[in-house]
Order: sequence, then C-alpha cells, then structure tokens
Amino acid sequence: MIALFTAPLSLFRLSYQSVYLALAQIWANKTRSILTTIGIVIGVASVTSVIAALTGLKAKILTQVETFGTNTIFISSRRPDKGPLRHASWWTIRFLPEHFDDMLEHCPSVAHFSRMGSAGQQTVRFGEKSVENVSIMGIEPAYHQIESRPVVLGRTFSAIDDMQARQVCLIDPKLRGELRLDRDCIGQSILIGYNTFAIVGVIERRPELGLGMGDEEHNEIFIPFRTLKKLGEPWIWAFAASKSAQVLEEAEAEISFFLRRTRNIRPNEPDNFRVESLQSALDTFNKIAMTVTLAAGGVVGISLLVGGVGIMNIMLVSVSERTREIGLRKAVGAKKSAILTQFLIESVVLCFVGGIVGVAAGQGLTLIISGINPLLEKTYIPGWAILLSFGFAGTVGIFFGMFPAIKAARLDPIEALRHE
Amino acid sequence: MQTIQKTPQKNNRLIIQLENVTRIYKVGVELILALDGVYLELYENEYVAIMGPSGSGKSTLMNVLGCLDRATSGRYELDGCDTTRLGDAALARIRNERIGFVFQSFELLSQLNALKNVEMPLIYSRNGWLARRKRAKEALERVGLAARIKHKPNQLSGGEKQRVAIARALVCNPSILLADEPTGNLDSKTSEDILALFDQLHREGQTIILVTHEESVAVHAKRIIHMKDGRIHSDLPAQQDPTYRTAQTSFPPEVSG
Repeated sequence: MIALFTAPLSLFRLSYQSVYLALAQIWANKTRSILTTIGIVIGVASVTSVIAALTGLKAKILTQVETFGTNTIFISSRRPDKGPLRHASWWTIRFLPEHFDDMLEHCPSVAHFSRMGSAGQQTVRFGEKSVENVSIMGIEPAYHQIESRPVVLGRTFSAIDDMQARQVCLIDPKLRGELRLDRDCIGQSILIGYNTFAIVGVIERRPELGLGMGDEEHNEIFIPFRTLKKLGEPWIWAFAASKSAQVLEEAEAEISFFLRRTRNIRPNEPDNFRVESLQSALDTFNKIAMTVTLAAGGVVGISLLVGGVGIMNIMLVSVSERTREIGLRKAVGAKKSAILTQFLIESVVLCFVGGIVGVAAGQGLTLIISGINPLLEKTYIPGWAILLSFGFAGTVGIFFGMFPAIKAARLDPIEALRHE
Repeated sequence: MQTIQKTPQKNNRLIIQLENVTRIYKVGVELILALDGVYLELYENEYVAIMGPSGSGKSTLMNVLGCLDRATSGRYELDGCDTTRLGDAALARIRNERIGFVFQSFELLSQLNALKNVEMPLIYSRNGWLARRKRAKEALERVGLAARIKHKPNQLSGGEKQRVAIARALVCNPSILLADEPTGNLDSKTSEDILALFDQLHREGQTIILVTHEESVAVHAKRIIHMKDGRIHSDLPAQQDPTYRTAQTSFPPEVSG
C-alpha cells in the first residue's frame, strides 16, 4: 500500500511509456478491448446523452420562460385530488368572469392581471380566402403587460375596446399571410364566424415550443374579453404578473386566498383551481430532471460496475499474459510501485478509451435525439458532463485496476521470468 | 572441498565477494539446500563462466549474484555494498544500476522498437528523456546495431535480438553483466557472433559472468567455475580447466582467437 503514495513520484517518468504501452496493448487486442470497454462505453454514452437531453429540454423551457416572463402566474380550474368535487365535470368548476372582480385591490403583490377566454375555434374569412380552426382568444388590455408578445403593427387593445365590447381583433403575421391581407392590414375587416371584426394590430407569434403536436400550424386570433363574452359563454382562465420576482410566491398565495373566497370554498375543502407560476413549473421540472438524472445515474452506476468488473478481468488476463515482461522489468530495476503504476495507468487508459468512445456515442445519440424531437433541438452535452464521464471512467479504472496491479507488483521476478 | 581462486588481476577492484552464502528453499515441508556455503571473489574485468548440471545450484547462484534472490545466510558484497540486509526497493535499485541481465530467450518487449527496449532500464532510474535516448543509442552502437534502432523485435533476427538485449543490459553501465545461457536459443554461427561480442566487451573492460552448460561457450571465459550440489566444485583459470582442453580439441579455430 506504501506503493500507493510513492506511485505519483514515479508516475511522471513512467507515464509516457506506460500510456504508449497501454495503447499498443489495446491496439494489439482490438476485439478484446472493445468487448472489455463496452460496459464503460454504454455507461458513459447513456449518462452523457441523458444529461444532454435534460440540458436541451431545460434550455428550451428557459427560452419559453423568458418570453412569458418569470413573474407570470397562470390561474386555471382544476379538479381537486380529493373531496366531493373529485369527479366534478369541468363545467361545474369553471371560472366565471366575476370570480376575478376587484382582484387587484385584494392582491397587493399582483401588478397586472388579465382574464383570458377561449370560445373554441372558428373559421376566419377575408374576401374569397378562409382559414379554418382558428382559436378565438379573449384578452383584457393588461394582457399586453404580462406576456411579452409585442404588437408589431397597429395598436394594442385599449380599455375602451374592452368596455364597449368593440368588434376589434389582433392577428398574427402568419394568419395575415394565409388570408392574403395587405401587409398594412390595419382597419381592414375580416369575418370571424359570422361577425365582422376590424383589425387593429398585428401581434407576434409565440416562439414555437415545438411539441410536435401541430403547434406550429396553429392559428390564434385575439379579441377583447368582453366582446368574446358577448358572443357566447367562454372557457375562462387568467394570467397575472407579480410586482417583482421576489414577491412571486406572495402573489400566488394572495391570488389563491382571494379566489377561494370568491369561489366559496370552505376552509376544509381543497382548491378547485390552480395558481402556478413558470418559476414553480421550472422548479417542478428541475425536480423531475434531478430524479431522472439520479435514476440514470443508478443505471449508469450499474453499467460502470459491470464495466469495471470487465476491466478487472481483462487486466488479470493481461497480468498473467505478461508475467515474463513483469519479471524482466523487475530484473532491470523496476520497483513494486513502478509495476503497480504501469498497470494502473493501463487500466485507466483502457477506461479513458472507453470514455472517449462513450462520449462520441453519446454525441451521436444526442444528434439523433435532437433530430427526432424538435423539443430537444437545443440538446448538447455540457462540458461538465464530459469531465464527469472521464472522472467516472478514471475512477473505475483505478478502483478495478488496483487488484490486478497489486497482483502484478507482488510477482516474484525469478518465478515471473520462468513463467511460460 | 572449496577452491578459492586468487585471480591474476589482483590490482583490479574487488567487485563481488560471497562469504559462506547459503540459500535454502522450502518446497512444501521439504527444505532444499540450493547453495551450501559458497565463497567467491570476483574482480573487475573478469570473464567468468559458471557451469554445472541442472540442480547444481548455478541458477540460484546467478539469482543471488543478480540480486533477484537473497541469500538465506552468509554475506554478499557487491561493489563494496553489503546487499544481504537490503529491502526490495534497494535491491531493485542495485539491479538497475549495477547489474545487466542477458537471458536465453532475449525477453524483448514486442511492442517496442530496439531503441525503446534498450531505453527501458533507464526509465526506472533518474534520467531525462534526451539522456535516455542518447545512452540507448550509444549502447546499441556498442553492440553494432546502430542501423536497426527503429526495428521491432519481430523484424530482427535471433542474433540481433540478443544484441539488443545485450545493449539493454549495458545501457546502465553495470558493474557486472550476467548472461544466463545467452546462446541457448541461437544457431552455432550466431552463437559465435554473440560470444565474439562478449569477448569484445571483455576487452573493453566489462566484467562478465556467463552461466552455461555448453563447453564451447564456457571456453570463451578466462575463468571457469563448476558447481555441484550447491557448492563450487572447481574454480580454475580457463587454460587449466578440463573443459578447455576437450573444447579445444573439438573447436580449435574459434577458441584460439
């Protein structure tokens, strides 16, 4: 064991030739080396690609968070997990517009808030052109302060648009193109269902999340909330923004408290709605990502363990195959520590080769993943994951190479030289 | 019967001194007396052949002389340094600095070229990269292989391989060159070449110990030691040894030079 401490000293002189010899050994026994390191390769490839996928997903979600703003809070109906409303129909637990009345006065941490309404999908017409399945969304003017979707042309909705329930709308550039409207389409009239609406502005599309569910094809048109209400009873939810990221949690609590009262929920009953910020969604995601990473880590740990046993096995074979070499080295003056170091280096090099192949395979997997699923298009292997992989591979090399190396170091030179 | 031969080169330095060296092996419950009180003195630039049938203790003596093995009792001084009580690491250092081994089956590393094979012992001593290369080249020049330093063992003939092995043994400037049946795997022509190389090294001042059972090899030495039952049976200058006469009648031209 003393050899362990003196090893670093001789390492410097030995390493060059040991690494060279180890590589020569690996090259000379290609098939054997491939089979031996396959455990390491699989372990490293899976850990890097899982980390890469999670990194990519997170990057994508963060872009999304940036557009929504980190202060944004979503409010929507939800069936509680327990209680009599557990199996209630969605309609019975729906939001009514008056649930949100005076919310700003009662929630001091909330800066803006907008009811949102959806009246399903309609066909939109302009002249001879028509576009089917356009989602009709009702928004209040405060919406423009909450979601950062700039109006690139024309104007945003005003309080008067909403109060008078004017038949005005905001469209996005894609719909403008599909309806063959003029580039400057402000003031032109289109038919939504059977109602005429005047276009007051062009709003930017939401950056595509690319969930692969026809999201990119989807068209939205915005009209004032009260106009929507006039057309029929909409499905309602709401967006709010806290005054700052620091008071986000207070804002969420205030909204919950307020809504429990307006929705007449008794103190012992569970919420039948959900108040959620992107931050809390992000926290949830991080928790899930951590769990996935740990689970993957467990799988990888097992595969590295199996790989390590393979490494140990092959190193034992190598030691017994090269008994005469060990005898010779001892005869020409190699100390125990030198032999130990040589075989440790060899096993670490073997693992590193496995690590390199593994990272390459992980990179390949990553490219495939990001090609298949647009949600994971930002997938890449972060530098720390590569370092981590090599750290693991090296540790496996040292740990499982130790026993064979000690065996080699303890060989008696006379016996070793006599070995056939 | 011990014959302690005082050598003719008395003005040379004493390199090896064995005093009552014994070596006992334990095989199962049986004790085997491989060396039974050996006395031996060797001076610088001597050329000694150790002969004897198998089981005579000549291999054990060689292992003890080469510091691969320790005497069970007695005293072994090499270059004025008592090796009897030294630990593994110190013995490794002595093997590295003072002893050059040449083996019957060359023991070259097949993945390394001639130069790297010769450099190998220097890796285990404190030598810089450049110094290693320079000394390895010099050693290869000394054995007449300067032209083949980049060749790997499988590209070399048997004689060339043994020359590389000799260069490797010489590269640390050892006090003694220990050759164990150096011509055992070579044909007679190549054997003569290798022995001629030993003769040349001897003329250059190298102390050489040859372990062999072949008389034609032993007669190249200037002093022949016969081992029997773990003891030195006879120790005579080559000309007085009976081996020399029988060998001379069978191979007169080679031996005369």
